[in-house]
Amino acid sequence: MTIKYTPDHEWLQIEADGTAIVGITHHAQDALGDVVFVDLPAVGASFKSKDVAGVVESVKAAADVYMPVDGEITEVNEALRDDPALANTDPTGAGWFFKVKLANPAQLDALMDKTAYDELLKNA
Amino acid sequence: MSELLTTPLHALHIELGAKMVPFGGYDMPVQYASGILAEHKHTRAAAGLFDVSHMGQVLLSGPGADAALETLVPVDIVDLPVFKQRYALFTNDQGGILDDLMVTRRENDLFVVVNAACKTQDIAHLQAKIGHLCSVTPLPDQALLALQGPQAVTALARLNEGVQKLVFMTGGHFVLDGIDCFVTRSGYTGEDGFEISAPADKAVQLARALLAQPEVKPIGLGARDTLRLEAGLCLYGHDIDTTTTPVEGSLTWAIQKVRRVGGARAGGYPGAAVVDTQLAQGAARKRVGLISTERMPVREGAKVVDASGAEIGLVTSGSLGPSLNQPVALAYVSTAHAAVGTPVFALVRDKKVPMAVTSTPFVPNRYHRG
Repeated sequence: MTIKYTPDHEWLQIEADGTAIVGITHHAQDALGDVVFVDLPAVGASFKSKDVAGVVESVKAAADVYMPVDGEITEVNEALRDDPALANTDPTGAGWFFKVKLANPAQLDALMDKTAYDELLKNA
Repeated sequence: MSELLTTPLHALHIELGAKMVPFGGYDMPVQYASGILAEHKHTRAAAGLFDVSHMGQVLLSGPGADAALETLVPVDIVDLPVFKQRYALFTNDQGGILDDLMVTRRENDLFVVVNAACKTQDIAHLQAKIGHLCSVTPLPDQALLALQGPQAVTALARLNEGVQKLVFMTGGHFVLDGIDCFVTRSGYTGEDGFEISAPADKAVQLARALLAQPEVKPIGLGARDTLRLEAGLCLYGHDIDTTTTPVEGSLTWAIQKVRRVGGARAGGYPGAAVVDTQLAQGAARKRVGLISTERMPVREGAKVVDASGAEIGLVTSGSLGPSLNQPVALAYVSTAHAAVGTPVFALVRDKKVPMAVTSTPFVPNRYHRG
């Protein structure tokens, strides 16, 4: 299972069918604090890499959720909409945000692996 | 940026696992490990300990101190009985608010608490305007702790049962854990509770004695903000500032009759003519509460519009209210839209979030009035 990371503290889990599951990292949820609201994109919507695809809001702040790659939204996490705290309690599992069909899989090469992301956090 | 100041409890906050942020020029705990929601709910259910030592404490003393202070605030200070506390506002010549403050009359002085971010200018203001009429004595060596929540009295009474006799907005001298303290029964959460002024070098000892009580947990500034918002209390620099008058800010309850037109000591404070005119005729805009039935939080800076999309106001504070589990906000709206129940919309990322004007507090106050 391949997991990639972005400088915006999002993760992508690459699936065998050419889609990726996207969420925010443990570091991101810790920095935000208690998540109380998420705004998720519409299924079927297409975005370019770095477009704002959603919003995550904690008690004290609102943050954009960026599209990490070009692609089309195939599914969003309705359970997260109903219980935004999943982004805190299980950010890399039940707290995922959306699934995207990759338009250009080569873009994944520009993203970080876990070692590189951990290094980024260490130097932050 | 200049170096952040620290309170006497700074090392204790770090020991307790606080996340520290800059606030009012100080490095302060925004939350501890349990997080803002849990801290907020704990304060409403039990008791929370807040470090508010960044705030300014000042003594005004001398026979004319009360009358002197009345030249700077539209508030009845002269008639304030000994050990009673009152909310007040420093105004400017335009009737704008320079800061809000708490004043307690003690045996021989007035004990004043002002906001951290304003304290340097407030002290300079006091010294310049009334320094020749009374002594203005800042108390930089005093810490200030707030113990708030329905079980605050139970916890504090274990250190000195005398505190039970205090009622809301009164104060007195109490020895707590062997430390001489000045305690008022007041706070910034809408709950029963106390604010405790103690010598800075004893502050850690006092905080540990309070945290040792089973009801008490440390609470950061994040929950302090959501608690005061649900209580409908203004945050200076956001909900009130030099561009808002006490009438626009819906703080006319703080101006006693004796300081209004026809009263024995009417006017005589900066901007009185503006405030008197607005008291008589109303102001063009007013601070109100807004509540939404949707989930999306509405925050400071959001524009308020009517059904046609015309701009009618601005949100000055807003968050999800953790006890209500609904978004709440304080906003200035044009007076035509200020009646309770008026439907309005807040613009959040170009979406119109439906809200209704509502009375505050959003969560009922639970002060101990005796």
